[in-house]
Amino acid sequence: MTIAIQHISPEEKEIWNLLETVTDPEVPVLTILDLGIVRSVELAQLDNHQLKPIITITPTYSGCPAMDVISMNIRMALLQAGYQQMEIKQALSPAWTTDWMSEEGKNKLKAYGIAPPQYKQAVCTPEAFQDEEAIQCPQCNSWNTALVSQFGSTACKALYKCNDCKEPFDYFKCH
Amino acid sequence: MNQSLIDYTLHLADNALIIGHRNSEWCGHGPVLEQDIAISNIALDFIGQARNFYQYASELSGNNTTEDSLAFLRDVSEFKNVLITELPNGDWAQTTLRQFLFSTYQYYFYQQLQNSTDTRLAAIAAKSLKEVTYHLRWSSEWVIRLGDGTEESKQRLLTAVDELWNFTGELFLPAGYETALLQENMGVDLSIIRQQWNQKVQEVFAEATIQIPEKSWAQQGGKTGIHTEHLGYILAEMQFLQRAYPGAEW
Repeated sequence: MTIAIQHISPEEKEIWNLLETVTDPEVPVLTILDLGIVRSVELAQLDNHQLKPIITITPTYSGCPAMDVISMNIRMALLQAGYQQMEIKQALSPAWTTDWMSEEGKNKLKAYGIAPPQYKQAVCTPEAFQDEEAIQCPQCNSWNTALVSQFGSTACKALYKCNDCKEPFDYFKCH
Repeated sequence: MNQSLIDYTLHLADNALIIGHRNSEWCGHGPVLEQDIAISNIALDFIGQARNFYQYASELSGNNTTEDSLAFLRDVSEFKNVLITELPNGDWAQTTLRQFLFSTYQYYFYQQLQNSTDTRLAAIAAKSLKEVTYHLRWSSEWVIRLGDGTEESKQRLLTAVDELWNFTGELFLPAGYETALLQENMGVDLSIIRQQWNQKVQEVFAEATIQIPEKSWAQQGGKTGIHTEHLGYILAEMQFLQRAYPGAEW
């Protein structure tokens, strides 16, 4: 068996480290790497021997207003690190899924008070009044919770309430 | 072919923009806070889908066309949305029923379009389908809740069916650009969607304890720019700023 090892150049590693500092403006505990929206990093060599980073990101939801802010923040982070030219591209395919969220990201979400997406992707179907997913309350860890609405404070969240501690909470819904 | 592809993409963009705008009119007026948030979220998904299609249409069009010029600087007769999207919201029953009828259509439409040989349309469809799945579930539940609810809610739903039914046939009557794209395996086959739509609507109506109307006459024209009087009022509101202060930004 051969194992393909993907070598990342030090220059590219630096870009990934910079991206690690860019957070989601609506869920500031998550970096854009935790969210899984950075699809690729490339470096183009310019005539003056400088490097031009080309970052490809993918939106979580089509209308997510955070995407424009995220693009701008990536640009700012690169400018601050001394890069003069850069390109931030958006790719729609393959479509983003919560499966791409990092384990670390899920832990951070829970600590922040938002229930993370299920480890096993729930089947999202259009059937009405289907059995609700069991979601654990991020406050008291009870599984005795109930869906209030599939649509919450942002496009990516549903609204739940805990029947035990009575607290309402956001659930980062499967997508 | 290029003009057909542009028209097709604009048709999808306009559908999403106009129903998104209608839904956004509920923002701050929903019957309860959670449902106000739900329909505003759905509106936001539509605006996002519209942007993706407009961006593609602007690239295909060239000549300094932008997603903004397509949304804000075209007049009524250039819009290609189906008529059902531009009808006034009416009451909550009419809004949720319209959403159900349209989301059912969109669900099967995007399911097919994600296999389009045009990779850009396919990518937008695959992305949008995930969102529409939530819309369809939400709106189906409202139709069932209202139909199988109180005498009052049922009556309101029946009135809404009466208002909207004549506007559903247009969804399945292909415009020239749709026929052209289907021949190139880029567009979807509306006759297949019609069967899937009928079956889904029948299922949900049965659960809502209401009947599918027998009338089958279809009001049409939207796909080729012949609209009801309502679209002009939407555009007047939506386009006012760009018309009064061309190029304004914030």
